[in-house]
Amino acid sequence: MSNYYQPEIETASVEEIKALQSEKLVKQVKHVYENVKYYRDLMDEKGVKPEDIKSVDDLHKLPFLTKADLRDAYPYGLLGTDLKNCVRIQSTSGTTGRRVVAFYTQKDVDLWEECCARAIVAAGGTNGDVCQVAYGYGLFTGGPGLNGGSHKVGCLTLPMSSGNTERQIQFMRDLHSTIICCTPSYAAYIGETLKEMGLTPDDIDLKAGIFGAEPWTEEMRRDIEKSLGIKAYDIYGLTETSGPGVSFECEEQTGMHINEDHFLAEIIDPETGEVLPEGSKGELVFTSLDKEAFPLLRYRTRDICVLSRKKCSCGRTLIKMSKPMGRSDDMLIIRGVNVFPSQIETVLLKEGYTSNYLIEVDREHNTDTLDVYVELTSEQFSDTVKEISAKEKALANAIKIMLGINPKVHLVAPKTITRSEGKAVRVIDKRKLHD
Amino acid sequence: MAVKQISVFIQNKKGRLAKVSRLLADNGVYIRALSIADTQDFGILRLICEDVDKVNSILKEAGYLTTKTDVLVAAVKDDPGALAIIAEALRDADVSIEYVYELATVDNIVYLVVRVDDNQVAAAALAGAGIRTASEEEIFKL
Repeated sequence: MSNYYQPEIETASVEEIKALQSEKLVKQVKHVYENVKYYRDLMDEKGVKPEDIKSVDDLHKLPFLTKADLRDAYPYGLLGTDLKNCVRIQSTSGTTGRRVVAFYTQKDVDLWEECCARAIVAAGGTNGDVCQVAYGYGLFTGGPGLNGGSHKVGCLTLPMSSGNTERQIQFMRDLHSTIICCTPSYAAYIGETLKEMGLTPDDIDLKAGIFGAEPWTEEMRRDIEKSLGIKAYDIYGLTETSGPGVSFECEEQTGMHINEDHFLAEIIDPETGEVLPEGSKGELVFTSLDKEAFPLLRYRTRDICVLSRKKCSCGRTLIKMSKPMGRSDDMLIIRGVNVFPSQIETVLLKEGYTSNYLIEVDREHNTDTLDVYVELTSEQFSDTVKEISAKEKALANAIKIMLGINPKVHLVAPKTITRSEGKAVRVIDKRKLHD
Repeated sequence: MAVKQISVFIQNKKGRLAKVSRLLADNGVYIRALSIADTQDFGILRLICEDVDKVNSILKEAGYLTTKTDVLVAAVKDDPGALAIIAEALRDADVSIEYVYELATVDNIVYLVVRVDDNQVAAAALAGAGIRTASEEEIFKL
């Protein structure tokens, strides 16, 4: 039942893993201190020298990195090696200031793909499988990551990218795909389309799906498993840390094993920054251990979750993280795009609106929807529908330019957006992602 | 010869029209004419009433978004083609019509509220085509 891609790591004892992590951490810190001025300055400011880091037990001495640091250092400030040693760039879809651009050497790409390979093998993948990669290809890490992992496993790889669902199903049937990799919402959509085409799970050969890049619920998992006749596995990652494959699910489906030989995980109190003991709910922090081009020490993911070393029936000893239960910041993930309410607020103020707004996120037919309600001001009110509609359109367009996704803008009467006593409620997420 | 009109922004939700019309009723406002433009999200209630400034402040105090607009009231014989005569006169003067609604029909004369992009040019065009525009005084005596 249990298959591993790299058993010597995946089933190593906790002591072995810790020893390996300590050894790698010392090197990684030295590498960062010597090559990344931005982080060296942070360490100097805190009075920490590379020599102070002798093992994983010293990790807490290091300063944190945040998304704000990534923004300040954009684009080359966190590079750990000369650009001529880099072979790849991947990026998030965010626009100005919020975009994350990550660099990779060939070794970085190889290790990333190995992480993805572990996820595919954990989902039952072997060189006898046909792996259909229906994540987007391009700057987005989903497609390239799973594509590389699939190659490493030796699966026959179908680099479909996302979209053109009927063609996806046609290829799936003609070429007997056994594994599919995509976002969970796209998997659900493929399931719906299959049904609409008058087909059932018996008409396809899929046995497993590896789904990530956005939050999803157990309920969604059951729906997808039923509609495609598969077992659905979660995979986690972020562009900052390379992409998908930072952690992955095994057949137990009770959390994601973190690839601890490459990523050192901590849970901290998001308010105080204090490291919390295993089993506590808090913010997930990652330290890369092998990165050459884009090493990040103590990077705050803002994802809230729990770590657990409870024995896993799959035999893996790698620590498990729960599905993220929320965020310690206000970032939303809409159609796979990272959205901060403040980005929308910036557009509103620039376009002459007040900061009285409400963002409503929902999911319709498995696609995220974004509705923005904004209070109209008396200067902007006119007696013709034409002019008000033109304003709605212009605002929607400005938001689209900022975020890269299309919102629906609703101009509403003043004082109709509820004001709360303390912190304003700016976001209503109706997707019920965390069950 | 323009007439003042008040436009009120209202959400397109159940009970909103009832609420604003009750407010006007309780303040003794007589609505001479009205029209409502609606979209999925919102509506614009346009009112012709006496003492526009007072009505405007009642609405504003109650928190409504309002705007005052000058509109023309064209008075033509209530025969087939009445609207065509007006629309053609305005077209010929290169005036764009935003909207038209009926104010009243009295003694075989139909009074149409016409909102255009340029009142002066429009009034001259109507006059040129032999179409009379009614004053505020006149319409409240109808």
